[in-house]
Amino acid sequence: MKRVYVNEKWCLGCHLCEYYCAFASTGETDMARALKDIRINPRIRVEECEGISFAVSCRHCPEPLCVKGCITGALRKIDGIITVDRNRCIGCYTCILSCPYGAVSPSEDGAIQKCELCIKTHEGTPRCVLGCPNGAIVFEERGE
Amino acid sequence: MAVEYIQPEYEVVRNQERCIVCRVCERQCANQVHEYLKDSNRMVADDSKCVNCHRCVALCPTRALKIVKSPHTFKENTNWSGKAISEIYKQAESGGVLLSSMGNPENYPVYFDKMLLNASQVTNPSIDPLREPMETRVFLGAKPERIERDEKGRIIRSLPPQIQLSMPVMFSAMSYGSISYNAHESLARAAAELGILYNTGEGGLHEDLYKYGKNTIVQVASGRFGVHKDYLESGAAIEIKMGQGAKPGIGGHLPGEKVGMDISRTRMIPEGTDAISPAPHHDIYSIEDLRQLVYSLKEATGYKKPVIVKIAAVHNVAAIASGIARSGADMIAIDGFRGGTGAAPTRIRDHVGLPIELALASVDKRLRDEGIRNRVSIIAGGSIRSSADVVKAIALGADCVYIATAALVALGCHLCRSCHTGKCNWGIATQRPDLVKRLNPNIGFRRLVNLLTAWQHEIKEMMGGMGINSIEALRGNRLMLRGVGLNEKELEILGIKHAGE
Amino acid sequence: MYRNVSGCAISGIISRSGKRFSGERIIESVATMRERSNGLGGGFAAYGIYPEYKDYYAFHIFYNDNAAKKECETFLEEHFDIINLSRIPTRKIPEITDEPLIWRYFVLPLPTKLAASQLDEREYVVRCVFRINTGIDGAYVFSSGKNMGVFKAVGFPEDVGRFYKLEEYEGYCFTAHGRYPTNTPGWWGGAHPFSLLDYTVVHNGEISSYDANRRSIEMYGYKCTLLTDTEVIAYMIDYLHRRIGLTLDEICHVFAAPFWSTIEGKPKQEREELKFLRNVFSSLLITGPFSIIVGFEGGMMALNDRLKLRSMVVGEKDDMVYVASEEAAIRIIQNDLDRVWSPMGGEGVIVTVEGVKN
Ligand code: SF4
Ligand code: SF4
Ligand code: SF4
Ligand code: SF4
Repeated sequence: MKRVYVNEKWCLGCHLCEYYCAFASTGETDMARALKDIRINPRIRVEECEGISFAVSCRHCPEPLCVKGCITGALRKIDGIITVDRNRCIGCYTCILSCPYGAVSPSEDGAIQKCELCIKTHEGTPRCVLGCPNGAIVFEERGE
Repeated sequence: MAVEYIQPEYEVVRNQERCIVCRVCERQCANQVHEYLKDSNRMVADDSKCVNCHRCVALCPTRALKIVKSPHTFKENTNWSGKAISEIYKQAESGGVLLSSMGNPENYPVYFDKMLLNASQVTNPSIDPLREPMETRVFLGAKPERIERDEKGRIIRSLPPQIQLSMPVMFSAMSYGSISYNAHESLARAAAELGILYNTGEGGLHEDLYKYGKNTIVQVASGRFGVHKDYLESGAAIEIKMGQGAKPGIGGHLPGEKVGMDISRTRMIPEGTDAISPAPHHDIYSIEDLRQLVYSLKEATGYKKPVIVKIAAVHNVAAIASGIARSGADMIAIDGFRGGTGAAPTRIRDHVGLPIELALASVDKRLRDEGIRNRVSIIAGGSIRSSADVVKAIALGADCVYIATAALVALGCHLCRSCHTGKCNWGIATQRPDLVKRLNPNIGFRRLVNLLTAWQHEIKEMMGGMGINSIEALRGNRLMLRGVGLNEKELEILGIKHAGE
Repeated sequence: MYRNVSGCAISGIISRSGKRFSGERIIESVATMRERSNGLGGGFAAYGIYPEYKDYYAFHIFYNDNAAKKECETFLEEHFDIINLSRIPTRKIPEITDEPLIWRYFVLPLPTKLAASQLDEREYVVRCVFRINTGIDGAYVFSSGKNMGVFKAVGFPEDVGRFYKLEEYEGYCFTAHGRYPTNTPGWWGGAHPFSLLDYTVVHNGEISSYDANRRSIEMYGYKCTLLTDTEVIAYMIDYLHRRIGLTLDEICHVFAAPFWSTIEGKPKQEREELKFLRNVFSSLLITGPFSIIVGFEGGMMALNDRLKLRSMVVGEKDDMVYVASEEAAIRIIQNDLDRVWSPMGGEGVIVTVEGVKN
């Protein structure tokens, strides 16, 4: 299955991936209109420390701890992608606590949000990958 | 200082309607032009620091930015241009030589733009490169003047060392130091993929790039940085750099700040010291001395590698080239005055040398007049900007061209001409690790391959139009060129007719 | 000066056994292709026609006037032993007008001059021809080989043949050319065949490599004064065959070199040879459409460009070989052929007369 992989060697810490991610979920066609005067809450986050940076998003683990921990079945693995049924999420945040990568976060309305590889918003390559200027995140098949 | 003599050349214009305050511009500008104001949650810019490299513009996700030329102006004066005045202010302040980079930007004629190509109609069919073979392979190197046969009557195929190229384009010398490791890696990998050669420039060869040796020209310049036996042996050809189009008569200068660990190892000089190559080779004061160096290099490499002598196009380039052709060199690289550089004194860059078109035409003619054109291959460089320039250069008489600026542009260079500051925002002309990182060679090499693949298609199309299906039939085929708006003398030197003739 | 471009008809006949036959047949052959010519130039090369003078260079010269003739003859006397000289016999016909003075000389280099020049004999002759053609105004040597001659004029080829009474000559090989120039000076010297020593070229096509070839060959002392493809090709043949010593087969591989993709598929020895020839003589590759018939002492060679952009047919009957732009031009003189084929692009057809080495 294709996933988002990180080449931290090439990450510039520009944070563009975060903005493209936030933009993707708005359904708007123009980023300026979509994100003007908004504090974004992206599903991918750039971690930075002493000149090293890399973008973190859901790994779509083969043995996902978040899915295991979800008490309502809101999180499920469908075709290898861990997706969330926002109607079922009751905001207990067990998943947030159990994700070893910190890739799950609360959304504005209380339900959790996480990277779903843009399957609900776009076709093809996830927007963060398309928006990265330096090939620091890639969407590829690498085998398990 | 209280008096600001020099005003910013550019203005950074931000469309506040579109700016989403992502701060990408701020993070990406190494010149620290952009600043985030927390209180008002707005971005502001300091125009005076902007060099117009377009990094922020290219990365701004909402296209909120543009850089415009400042309308601020001096009182109109054709003689005392704003540039002339500002340069005086700069020198009055610094007391120093003006420095700049990349090629000569001044308004001299570009002869490539005053020559038009031919195409076949009726009497000679054009050839469709998609349907018929169209060959761009070239061999560089001296050709024998007679042939010998063995006792069975078969030709003895002994030749001086040759270089085979898939198309008549190579990447010209840019040293590791003046450009980044990632830029070098991109060039090396692209050359290997394309079946052409790149050139190490005068800074030696990083050990990780030895594996691309088959596609490498190793340069020996007056500073002799990083020159040792393994280095000479690692490449497919050796280039002696006598001069460079951007700064004829001047050596190189790599400031100590750029000489970090890797560069110090590669160049074989202490970390942090300035790398200064003298203007002349101090063992070459005449053509006989050049001959000795050519033969020492050949001796050192067992006569297996062709030797290129690179010169800047200067006034008596034809006579110099003729001397070089007789010195045992296998190829002559001529670098026109628009050729790029990482740093050069502005006056030299802008006022010394010759256009490559004229230099190439007169060298090719001179060598033919003397009957020694086959002893050397001619490589022409110094602002080859497109496949059309390549075709025109070949038709004028070059065997091959060198490109460098065009390659850097493919890698992202925006010709801001600030290479000498070492803060290239595109990760090319810099050694700062955070900036070098911006050029990912996996992307860079692909872009170079794309560029030259595209050029190759275009070259084939132009050749097909002329009814030529192999590039050697284009070499020196000046009937395929016509001048527009050139005077008699220019036409005579270029050896072409005027359009309509 | 402008380059002349043209499209044309060519034809050639040779007897492998060296049997001599009349010039009548070549006239008949080339006449068939009349619509390929436009009356602006025609000519023939005939081999084996001067057996009684076979050891002498036969110079055919056009003169504009007697002054040019006088000057040229003085030059010839200084450099050659002239064994025989005469007007070339012609027949007055209305189709051919404005003829220059046309003279023939059988000569040998003066031994003293030749020795002093330190050149080999053929090179000496070539240099003298160049000196006349470029130095003496109004004199033009258009044929300079041994036991052969070129006959050419402004007009349709069959008229040119009748004008020169070609039917009265007997040779073992004839080639012919009818010209369709798209731009012509209407000058007799500009008609084809073009020749140097015993090499003659008739050519149909327009080569796109012209200036690359011209500038390259001029480096070796040839001067292209006529600005025609044929002239350049003739010099290239002289250079490669006489001076460099390539075989005719090798010359075909230089002029119409196989594509690299073809070369890569050949066995090693052949591949290396082809690669060597393409590399070393790259400037003499000819591109663009052409078919040529090259005549030389003891043989004839026909070659097409590598894409075969011009038609050319070969026919065989007993010891005779025929080459022409169109099959009809062969059939008209020999309908009963043993074999007829169209050589592939770049495939040279080399026919030599038995007992003559080449
Ligand atoms: S967009 Fe790419 S380079 Fe920029 S922070 Fe994200 S992963 Fe790193
Ligand atoms: S220097 Fe470059 S990155 Fe900085 S503001 Fe100017 S154009 Fe933008
Ligand atoms: S990159 Fe563009 S949108 Fe982001 S802060 Fe700069 S100007 Fe604003
Ligand atoms: S290499 Fe970098 S600094 Fe130099 S001109 Fe190009 S973008 Fe500017």
